[in-house]
Amino acid sequence: MTTILYDERVSDVAAHAEGEHLWLAPDALEQATGWKLEPQGLCRGDVCVQARDDWRDDAGRVDLAAFATHLGQPIIRDGDAIAFGESLATRRDALLSTLAPDFTLPDLDGRMHSLSDYRGKKVFLYSWGSY
Amino acid sequence: MWQVIYEELREQGLEIIAVAFDTGGRAAVEAKIRADDIAERPAMIGSLMGWDDALWQRQAPPTYPCLIDEAHVLAERYGMTNVPQAVWIDEEGRIVRPAESAGTIDMVRHLDRETLALPDAAVAEGAQARNAYIDALRDWVARGADSAYVLPPAEVKRRMRGPGEAEVNAATHVKLGRYLFGAGELARAKRHFDEAVRLCPDSWNYRRQSMMLDPENVGQLNAGPDFWAAVDALGDEPFYAPADLTPAR
Repeated sequence: MTTILYDERVSDVAAHAEGEHLWLAPDALEQATGWKLEPQGLCRGDVCVQARDDWRDDAGRVDLAAFATHLGQPIIRDGDAIAFGESLATRRDALLSTLAPDFTLPDLDGRMHSLSDYRGKKVFLYSWGSY
Repeated sequence: MWQVIYEELREQGLEIIAVAFDTGGRAAVEAKIRADDIAERPAMIGSLMGWDDALWQRQAPPTYPCLIDEAHVLAERYGMTNVPQAVWIDEEGRIVRPAESAGTIDMVRHLDRETLALPDAAVAEGAQARNAYIDALRDWVARGADSAYVLPPAEVKRRMRGPGEAEVNAATHVKLGRYLFGAGELARAKRHFDEAVRLCPDSWNYRRQSMMLDPENVGQLNAGPDFWAAVDALGDEPFYAPADLTPAR
């Protein structure tokens, strides 16, 4: 089993690593990444990316590493764990606006707080360390 | 410490959200903000952060939310590279001051590394910078968009750090390191945090997180040899670049 970290997902799926390639059956791909193999390509939500022929093998599996590289996502591997990062383009788009990115995080008692709960107030967001 | 400011300004519509970046999670954070612990904090830390004695004596446990960001997500999204840093967000959810030192200046440089003592002049300078920053915050709360400390959108964008290849790769290493930490793979986790530090040497959040992954260090103020070596390696670069409070107009 391979542990795949993709967006906020952490999934243990059957994957076959072969050099730079990482082959996953379509159902494992969807489980690990949310990308679904459709006739028009790899789709998630409203977005479809046309699949290249060399992203598929004879067994019908998809090369997640090639697909993620095409999307510009960094890939870091350590043993059986593989992390896929955000692409530079995604991060830069987020910075084109001065809108504060929303977030939802737990407080010390486990209650969740979102920035959007504070709309209509001025917010002083400050970072501190426990160290 | 910000609790005093919160009590002063919340009636006027200011909310405070604190975020701790700590892969150690709740246990590592919690010990630092509970009431009995606060009273035991050495006054040196107050001076280091530029709090004057009058404010430091009135410290109280926060009643505003203290969130834990184990994945350093906010640090990456908001370009926060050190603590304490702050972002000002207006009523419409727009950033009017991006991440900057929350009034703390480079006091670490003046700290005697043996005795952890600070010279009086440095303490006075730190308090002055801190008070100027808090006055700017008061001005924004009172005057809103008319405050001279509200930056125009173009200036906000200019000051925000646009990520490069190194930043997105470092963020991915942190993501993997955090997973490995959670899986009990401390040594492997540390290697990925170290790599994130190598890619983003000016991220003190990554650097301290990497050092703090040693279990005996969790929750301690880090002033070990690794930390000082890194401060020395800065040369003339500031550890805490002071907030640029030049009025925007």
